[in-house]
Amino acid sequence: MSNKTNLPDFPPEKFQFAHKDERIHDVRFETRPISYFQDAWLRFRRNGSAVVAAVLILLLILFAIIVPFVSHYTVTFRDGYYKTVLPRNPAVEHLGFWDGVKNQRETQAGYDYYSGIGVETGRQVIKRVKSQTVDANGITYYSLNVDSYGKVGYVYVNLSQDQYRALQDYQDQTGIQVIYPLQETHRTNYVMGNMGANLWYKLQDPRPTSDGRALLDEQGRHIPNYMTSQSKTQADYTSLRIAGDDGGADGSTWYVYGQRNQSGFKARVDYYEYYKYINGVEPAFLFGTNAYGQDIFTCLAAGARLSILLGISVSFINFIIGAAYGAVEGYYGGTIDIVLERISDVLASVPFIVVATLFQMHLGRKVGVLGSLLFAFVLVGWVGMAHRVRMQFYRFKGQEYVLAARTLGAKDRRIILKHIFPNAIGTIITGSVLAIPGVIFTESMLSYLNIVNLETSSLTSIGTMLANGQGYLSTFPHITLFPALFISILMISFNLFGNGLRDAFNPSLRGAEE
Amino acid sequence: MGKYIVKRILLMFLTLFIIITMCFILIKLLPLPAVREMGRDVNLILAKREQMGYNRPLLVQYFLYLKGIVLHWDWGVGEQMYEALSIWSVLTQKLPYTVMVNLYSILMAVPLGLMFGIYAALKKNKWQDHVLSTLVIIFISVPSYVYAFIVQYLFCYRLGWFPLTVESLENAAFFSARMIRSMMPAILSLGFSVVAGLTRYTRAELSEVLTSEFMLLARTKGLTKSQATSRHALRNAMVVILPMIIGEFIGILFGSLIIEKIFAIPGVGSLYINAITVRDYNFFMALTVFYTFIGLASNIAIDISYGLIDPRIRMGSRK
Repeated sequence: MSNKTNLPDFPPEKFQFAHKDERIHDVRFETRPISYFQDAWLRFRRNGSAVVAAVLILLLILFAIIVPFVSHYTVTFRDGYYKTVLPRNPAVEHLGFWDGVKNQRETQAGYDYYSGIGVETGRQVIKRVKSQTVDANGITYYSLNVDSYGKVGYVYVNLSQDQYRALQDYQDQTGIQVIYPLQETHRTNYVMGNMGANLWYKLQDPRPTSDGRALLDEQGRHIPNYMTSQSKTQADYTSLRIAGDDGGADGSTWYVYGQRNQSGFKARVDYYEYYKYINGVEPAFLFGTNAYGQDIFTCLAAGARLSILLGISVSFINFIIGAAYGAVEGYYGGTIDIVLERISDVLASVPFIVVATLFQMHLGRKVGVLGSLLFAFVLVGWVGMAHRVRMQFYRFKGQEYVLAARTLGAKDRRIILKHIFPNAIGTIITGSVLAIPGVIFTESMLSYLNIVNLETSSLTSIGTMLANGQGYLSTFPHITLFPALFISILMISFNLFGNGLRDAFNPSLRGAEE
Repeated sequence: MGKYIVKRILLMFLTLFIIITMCFILIKLLPLPAVREMGRDVNLILAKREQMGYNRPLLVQYFLYLKGIVLHWDWGVGEQMYEALSIWSVLTQKLPYTVMVNLYSILMAVPLGLMFGIYAALKKNKWQDHVLSTLVIIFISVPSYVYAFIVQYLFCYRLGWFPLTVESLENAAFFSARMIRSMMPAILSLGFSVVAGLTRYTRAELSEVLTSEFMLLARTKGLTKSQATSRHALRNAMVVILPMIIGEFIGILFGSLIIEKIFAIPGVGSLYINAITVRDYNFFMALTVFYTFIGLASNIAIDISYGLIDPRIRMGSRK
């Protein structure tokens, strides 16, 4: 088949010479040249997931930086009563989630106990009765939504004379009842919590073997069991009195609001209000607290700061050492390469956990736990980077432009720094970024295994937080959830970001995207 | 090839020797912990210390240590834990658990990983591929202990599918259903990242092979797409994938350290962590050698398997 037959007959005068009167020469580029980094940036921006990851990393870093400044709590803060309370955010709690409410299965005694706290404080502890079942033995079980903050209820505190007065002044000023009357001692083994401070009501069975069910009046209300006294001033108490305390009217009895002891006074306080009085804020832990009563939100920020800082500084130091080492290896080659490569081989073969352990044992006392961990990371971490740089140098050192530079009399240093490095910089940066999640993971693993104990008064690490939460995984999963979630997001983001960088810095992928 | 293997193995032992020497010296520089009082065992340990020359110069100690290993396979005795028991006997007692968990998880993960990888490669740039790729990056990035927490919370506590602790070998045989069931949480936690890694790798390799010239030829000569994929593309992709599987199998021993701790598996990993915690240097030393050896051996295994699988690759040759 020939083309001739397909073409219509063109008259010869329709043909023209293409460049008959033109001078053919190179045309100057009208467009502005684009640098390597500009190009990388352009292509990075188009990679949606990498941009999202970069934003996420930025947010997490901001979280780690800002939270310690704005948080009411510190890592050292430990609350003795609000332990393992659930996450609560006052801004959204009326919507029915993030409200610190936990589902609990309780007997009648438990039900009476929680509703008793609710009755006395005026704040509902049982948010909802989900179900009520009677088992084969005739015992009633409730499935309750219990406010994990409210259920702490009352605690006994020992106050000095001054503190006692100050608290009363606070009550007078704000009109909030913090100190509640002491109650008559129960002679039962049934206590439930806070040394029985919440048993302000009469029990059906006051004997030591009591099952803890409350004695209710006809309207189904708890019957108070407060300690009474004839003397109004017995406990040096002049402040607010609770609703039922009108003993002064018939001249017989007053409730007792404090008991003198060696140090001052023993008082029974509503812990929710007392906490506000002491700490100045409402007890609402955004991520809950752990078993030591630490605020998980603040600890997480502190742990994140440590992890990110460690990751970035290790990666930066390794970048410098590795680049120098790899450049020498790759550029000079030969015997130098073989010797240096053997050294890095040996270092790379030692499991990291061994290095970390030995450094802890030897240097832990002298330079601190964190310092020795940093040393351990630096000692073996640069090997990967050196390897990467070496490969790049092998790739570029034989190329013509290097030869040209050398012919022109450029020194080794100049060739390495000005000619080869800029070509390898993309790979090196990508390697550095992708090394960060590895460091963070290893650090969290080592502190989780307690091989490296990073927990000091002002420091904590995500691994330690996870280790603290593990024993409570079945009952209080939130202790584990937030650190685990945080580190997962951080790792995913860093990997996505690193992959995005790798693609952006790879000139061979230019124009390959659709 | 034979010469290359011998050379690599000799080099491995040289590296191992250097590492043992360094670790030995570093450990001996630490103060020696006192033997805890517990009846007659103290004398046994003290006698062992005397035999290993603990009060003689460092070099003599080192010589005696190596001599004990080479001549009698004697790694010393436990001092702070498993008192006066031979370290090697404790290690061999623990090893089956670690091997079992890893074996199971590899056996589960490899077919799945290959399957997903092949599927993603065949559906390249379609939505199935995008979904799989997204999942892969998530599953690769999330640390293994996070899976462990999820698995433990969901399957052990909430759903109650699996028991919380691992059966001991006395109660259940190696491959019995009971054993597998009790190890399932650990197997799952270990498996996720392996599946994801293998999927990514298989997808990358296979999609590269699928676009090569010989695939076009295979289709041209009349093979169906599945025939061409299984007979030509997969085989060529396997050249790179198989060594990775081998490496994964050996490398996973490190990863199981934290999983063993979480699920209380009485394996080598927990032994190692305990040794570090109670500062039993004999155990620490022996297990360091163990882990280093595994790492080195896996490297060699990967390199050699390249040469064995693909006749085009001549290991150790100059060109």
